[in-house]
Amino acid sequence: MVVYPAVELVRASLGRYSITGLYQGAVGLRNYARLLEQEALPVVAANTVVWVAVVVAVTIAVSLGLAQLLNESFPGRRLVRWALIVPWAASLIMTSKLFVWLYDYYFGLLNRVMVSAGLAPMDWLGDDRTVMGAMIAVGIFVSLPFTTYVLLAGLQTIPGEVYEAGRVDGAAGWRGYRWITLPLLRPALLVAAVLNLIYVFNSFPIVWTLNDRNPGFAHDTMITLMYKIAFKSALRDVGMAAALGVVNVLLILVAVVAYLRVARWREEPV
Amino acid sequence: MAGGTGLIRRRALGAAGLLVAAALLAPYAVMLLTALKPAAELRVTPPRLLPVEWRPQNFWTVLRDPDFQSWLTVSVVVALVSTLLVLAAAVPAAYHTARHRFPGRGAFLFLVLVTQMFAPTALVVGLYREFFELGLINTYTALIAVNAAFNLAFAIWILRAFFASIPREIEEAAAVDGCGPAGALFRIALPVALPGIVTAGIFSFIAAWNEYIVALTLMTDASMRPLTVGITSYVTAYVQHWDLLFAASTIAIVPVVVLFALIEPYLVGGLTAGSVK
Repeated sequence: MVVYPAVELVRASLGRYSITGLYQGAVGLRNYARLLEQEALPVVAANTVVWVAVVVAVTIAVSLGLAQLLNESFPGRRLVRWALIVPWAASLIMTSKLFVWLYDYYFGLLNRVMVSAGLAPMDWLGDDRTVMGAMIAVGIFVSLPFTTYVLLAGLQTIPGEVYEAGRVDGAAGWRGYRWITLPLLRPALLVAAVLNLIYVFNSFPIVWTLNDRNPGFAHDTMITLMYKIAFKSALRDVGMAAALGVVNVLLILVAVVAYLRVARWREEPV
Repeated sequence: MAGGTGLIRRRALGAAGLLVAAALLAPYAVMLLTALKPAAELRVTPPRLLPVEWRPQNFWTVLRDPDFQSWLTVSVVVALVSTLLVLAAAVPAAYHTARHRFPGRGAFLFLVLVTQMFAPTALVVGLYREFFELGLINTYTALIAVNAAFNLAFAIWILRAFFASIPREIEEAAAVDGCGPAGALFRIALPVALPGIVTAGIFSFIAAWNEYIVALTLMTDASMRPLTVGITSYVTAYVQHWDLLFAASTIAIVPVVVLFALIEPYLVGGLTAGSVK
């Protein structure tokens, strides 16, 4: 079930298809060559890098704080943990539609807040300058719960005695965090970073829904571009979409392997 | 630490926690409040947070809508059947990997990672070709098979950790009392690992319930769409029923949040056991 579609994807990337989806023979690597000729490709590749890098980095930074908070005991901790579940459990497409409504120029509450604060309302999802930022904000919002739980699991494996020993040696507060917590949290951070890298790269509903109004490919990522080439645009080109699909899978593989290499390489000097 | 500063610290943490909870829930509060507005109140500027006239009837309108009923049926059938399939395959597989050493056991994390990587999204064009050629577009079989396949590795991963945490001695003691290997699985390991089975089951149920892109691609017939794809037809370029969209979304989200809350105590341990050590 997992392998066969992968084989089919590679096969399709080497073939030519009619608009109705009939296989019309092999064309070798021509789909890949045509993919490289697409004018939108450099922009889409840059969008993808920004989308993945910013969402993953900010998510991990914020989740570190949230996990630290949830690792303490305080009144209402239960409530926070339940609240954290909601964006995780809710379907991404429904959350995305919700944000389309919140970002709406005339009827969205975000602009209401902007106006109340004395700022000019913005066409968040229609303006080229804000649409990527608006999508990234939603990407971070939905990635926080899972990341926080992974980091919280990591924090809970650190025994309390380590901190006591650290305090004796003068490592309390920020120094304790920097020199005790972070190094011991490294395995959890690694898992969180790698899984987020994959999820965010493969993320479809957010960009698909929030970017729905804008024509062309100016704000697409590699994943939504692939989908549009295959099923939605005037191109309707299964072969070229499959070629992009193969490129996507290879890219994510390379990114993950590279990240693991760097993370391991940095482990040694510490 | 003195009692006084401890109290202040707890209060400060509580306030921070309240802010975080509010930030996470605020968008969904807007969803619920919009679902309770009459259609005319959606198009007012400046927009209001609270409805002037409360309209819980929107929920009845959605529940009585034959389209919504058919989306709900598809979602329930697909999520339930694929979860049962996942558990039927994952329980023996996880028990085996937890109890026996075999070559390549260490490669298992990698396998889980790879199936996550080759997520349906990346393979959707290949999946479409596969089911197109099998003539299975617009069938339950297609959607159930895809969901079951892509949730299997994760379920094995969660379950393996639960089985591995059961001390072998319990089963050895049972063997002394005349319990065979099958008896050990059904009478000892399964009851003890029940929280794990529930956790893995709820996880695959939620994943199938929320799945979007494969359903969007394979279920082109309006009557075969699940909730995630179906509800988007409440708001298109031609009709804009945001009130109904959000009422339907609320109905779809609430049961899943409740299920998730049930397994919350196991999230921290179960989700990452084995990977974070």
